[in-house]
Amino acid sequence: MPAQLLEDAAVQQRPMAPPTPRGPAGEAVLAALTDPAAEAGVVAAVDEALAATPDVLLDEDLQLALFCLYELHFGGIEGVAEDLEWSPELNAARIRIERPFEAAIRAAVPMPERPASTSAGDVAATLFALTSADSGPSLSRWLARKATLEQAREFLVQRSIYTLKEADPHSWGIPRLTGRAKAALVEIQSDEYGGGRPGRVHSSIYARTLRSLGLDDAYGAYIDLVPAVTLTSVNMMSLFAINRRLRGALVGHLAAYEMTSAVPSRLYGNGFRRLGFGEETTWYFDEHVEADAVHEQIAARDLAGGLVEGEPALLDDVLFGAAASLTVDGWPAAHMLERWGAGASSLRSPLPDAGSTDA
Amino acid sequence: MPEREEPVRIVAYPNGPLLVRGPVEIVGPDGAPLPRRRRTVALCRCGKSTIKPYCDGTHKVIGFVTEPEEPAED
Ligand code: FES
Ligand SMILES: [Fe+2]
Ligand SMILES: [Fe+2]
Repeated sequence: MPAQLLEDAAVQQRPMAPPTPRGPAGEAVLAALTDPAAEAGVVAAVDEALAATPDVLLDEDLQLALFCLYELHFGGIEGVAEDLEWSPELNAARIRIERPFEAAIRAAVPMPERPASTSAGDVAATLFALTSADSGPSLSRWLARKATLEQAREFLVQRSIYTLKEADPHSWGIPRLTGRAKAALVEIQSDEYGGGRPGRVHSSIYARTLRSLGLDDAYGAYIDLVPAVTLTSVNMMSLFAINRRLRGALVGHLAAYEMTSAVPSRLYGNGFRRLGFGEETTWYFDEHVEADAVHEQIAARDLAGGLVEGEPALLDDVLFGAAASLTVDGWPAAHMLERWGAGASSLRSPLPDAGSTDA
Repeated sequence: MPEREEPVRIVAYPNGPLLVRGPVEIVGPDGAPLPRRRRTVALCRCGKSTIKPYCDGTHKVIGFVTEPEEPAED
């Protein structure tokens, strides 16, 4: 990338603004975040919402409530006392949602066949077969060939919930791994965080992409606009991240994510070039073409393969995490394609000021 | 310290690129350095990358294999 792009500092994020609740569970959680007297009622409110929901995976209210409970452990929420991260009531409420959430993910995700052995090479080969067999809906081809400017902006908004904290969930794995897998994870994460150069932190590069299309780069700025399905895939990463027990799934998730990124990233970049945007916009995608071609090799063989070789009992969770990434992270993409195919917005309400960009 | 300077190490990943770690210069035919944007780089060995000499993942799309194929049966 041009030298002047490299000189800029990283984006300093602040705790996100409190989102608008989408039902009684979210109302109870948000109330407890600012009113200690409301903490005691959170578990009961969550239990009621869980009993009433037909599908925890796509429940707007519960997914937003869970997102807020996780955010206490990540970037925080504006105006919320920091010691609430370890509030017994709020953690109990999180665990209440996590159990059926995890069970529902496991029920929805088809498990791949096991490799012939738990050697790093066989595990990597299984992951490459799994991720290349994934035909999935092709959001990247839509972006490359068809997307309108409004759809391209919606795509960036949908992605912003994760990408403005890109790599953070997987960093929770570092103290939970050892040896070859730990070294591999740190090597990947170091690249995700710019290799010591603040302006190259991937989430900071993404912030520039957002700004170049006239969008807000503050963490969580668009939280109220994204549907449950987008929160579900971010919440799944947080679930895998926060629970040490699920470190195998966290590693499998990262591996599949890296292994399905380089080729689509080229198509995303092409889409923004087709719409007339320059390097300031496409740098994020161009960076991922090159970076993830490196990361996928390390992630498949040294991280996932190395973990299973060292801890063979984690094989099934690594495969589950990889399959969960393909399935669950495919839902927001399928949602966007379905809505756009019907001529509708993929957001809960359309973006304001669409069209006022500085392409 | 067993070794003071780590040697350059190139790892040949099956059916994929060569990963290069360590203090190596990557230059063009005129000796001018090519952009090196990360510590560990992947060099394309399938010949089809759009960002040569680096790998862009295209080897998977074209079914590039480095392992000798099983002899045909008949
Ligand atoms: S080896 Fe990856 S694109 Fe050629
Ligand atoms: Fe990245
Ligand atoms: Fe990556």
